[in-house]
Amino acid sequence: METKTMNLTCIRCPMGCSIRVELADGAVTSVTGNTCRRGEEYARTEAVAPVRTVTSTVKARGGVRPVVAVKAVPDVPKQSIFAVMDAIRAAKVCAPVHIGDVLIADVAGTGSNVVASADLAKA
Amino acid sequence: MSVHDLIVIGAGPAGLAAAIAAKEAGVDDILVLERDSVPGGILNQCIHNGFGLHTFQEELTGPEYAGRFLKKAEELGIAIRLNTMVLDLSKDKVLTVTSRENGLEQLQAKAVVLAMGCRERPRGALNIPGYRPAGIYSAGTAQRLVNIEGFMPGKEVVILGSGDIGLIMARRMTLEGAHVKCVAELLPYSGGLKRNIVQCLHDYNIPLKLSHTVIDILGRERVEGVTIAQVGPDRKPVPGTEETIPCDTLLLSVGLLPENELSENAGVELSPITGGPVVNESLETGVPGIFACGNVLHVHDLVDYVSEEAGRAGANAARYIRGELTEPGDAVPLRGKNGVRYTVPQSIRPAVMPEEVVVRFRVAEPYYDRYLSVYVDGERISHRKKQIVAPGEMEQFTLRRSQLGPDTREVIFCVEDQ
Repeated sequence: METKTMNLTCIRCPMGCSIRVELADGAVTSVTGNTCRRGEEYARTEAVAPVRTVTSTVKARGGVRPVVAVKAVPDVPKQSIFAVMDAIRAAKVCAPVHIGDVLIADVAGTGSNVVASADLAKA
Repeated sequence: MSVHDLIVIGAGPAGLAAAIAAKEAGVDDILVLERDSVPGGILNQCIHNGFGLHTFQEELTGPEYAGRFLKKAEELGIAIRLNTMVLDLSKDKVLTVTSRENGLEQLQAKAVVLAMGCRERPRGALNIPGYRPAGIYSAGTAQRLVNIEGFMPGKEVVILGSGDIGLIMARRMTLEGAHVKCVAELLPYSGGLKRNIVQCLHDYNIPLKLSHTVIDILGRERVEGVTIAQVGPDRKPVPGTEETIPCDTLLLSVGLLPENELSENAGVELSPITGGPVVNESLETGVPGIFACGNVLHVHDLVDYVSEEAGRAGANAARYIRGELTEPGDAVPLRGKNGVRYTVPQSIRPAVMPEEVVVRFRVAEPYYDRYLSVYVDGERISHRKKQIVAPGEMEQFTLRRSQLGPDTREVIFCVEDQ
């Protein structure tokens, strides 16, 4: 059996707890140091298949501003961040855009959607 | 001159929360003045996530967080005047304002909430030698250019200062295809949140050079590089450690300054430590009826705390308008000692304090395995063990009315070894 210890800093809230994860054959066997449930969730995911929230902007035509803020929902695998960014940079939308609008479905094959996180009114 | 019960200066997170709380406390005639063309303040350009965990129990982006408060303000019918700049505020609470629509006008308020926020320390405050080429931006300016104007300010980037805005911009510039070569930090520790070190620097292999600073900027027309050097305990460059890094852009994330020109015009006393007004338990400044909250009062780490604090300022402004703060009695000073740099508020009047008052404070440097203690006239009323306390993160203590007596002389907040 192959055992491994990982020391993580939780990124789920500003406290930034130091969390220790024990793994056996790639499976999590214990999580210590977290002070909440979100921390345990984070550590279990981070140790096996880390994900991140990607936020960016998408180019927009005909709006009061040239870009609109977006986020990928749910979080995307860490190794897909740049593939997701390539798709976001290539995208163009037309104003108006409303908070929650899906602008790119299944971005870069991750199963996550890129949704607007701000409103953009027509110029 | 038109007269309003309450005028709030600024429609960022602090101004919106203050106006909402005042309205909910029964003040009908509220006017919020905002110089920008949109409400929401700095949150509009903070498109990253991490806002709202305390307030909404979920992680929101900046625009989403602002959107929640705007919706509430709209539902309550709070008037927000955009594109309107306040030029002057007098101690009699007369505001001189200008706008394209109405020109120059004067408004009289019964109470005022200051919610103007803060601005970034500029290059001029740093004494970095070198020419003045294009390519030097404060981190927040770069954030606005990228996230609002859709414009990338550079490709090869060095960031000076490891506050949260610098860290967030290191990631943002990297995601947009720039090469962030390093983040240099003068102090031996980062002023940013631990989670931002992890998710903005470690995730993208961006080196954080602690105890380093920029000692020269190269290039006449455009930045061509910067020279960084290690600094000693005296924060002066150590000879022989200089390293020149080619780059076309230097971002500065070197601190925030509360924006208090209007407060000073009104004769409001400012704290030399926070840069914001000196306030009592009601978040009222030394000028009766003028309240302050958010980053104009003291720079906060989390917007959730801004909203909470601003809500109290708004509710207290409502009490003032109703005439409930007219016989306040004596004030008990709150002081920071032994590692606690300041407290907000700076004083409490037991006669008018509510059941509980939240006291926020910051420590002077990072401490490990110490205690945060509170003394009332020499008697210790709180003693909390902390694994780590850092200057970048605000601490808070809830002081209850029952803990203060009519003869209380002072309350001390301090860091203790045991």
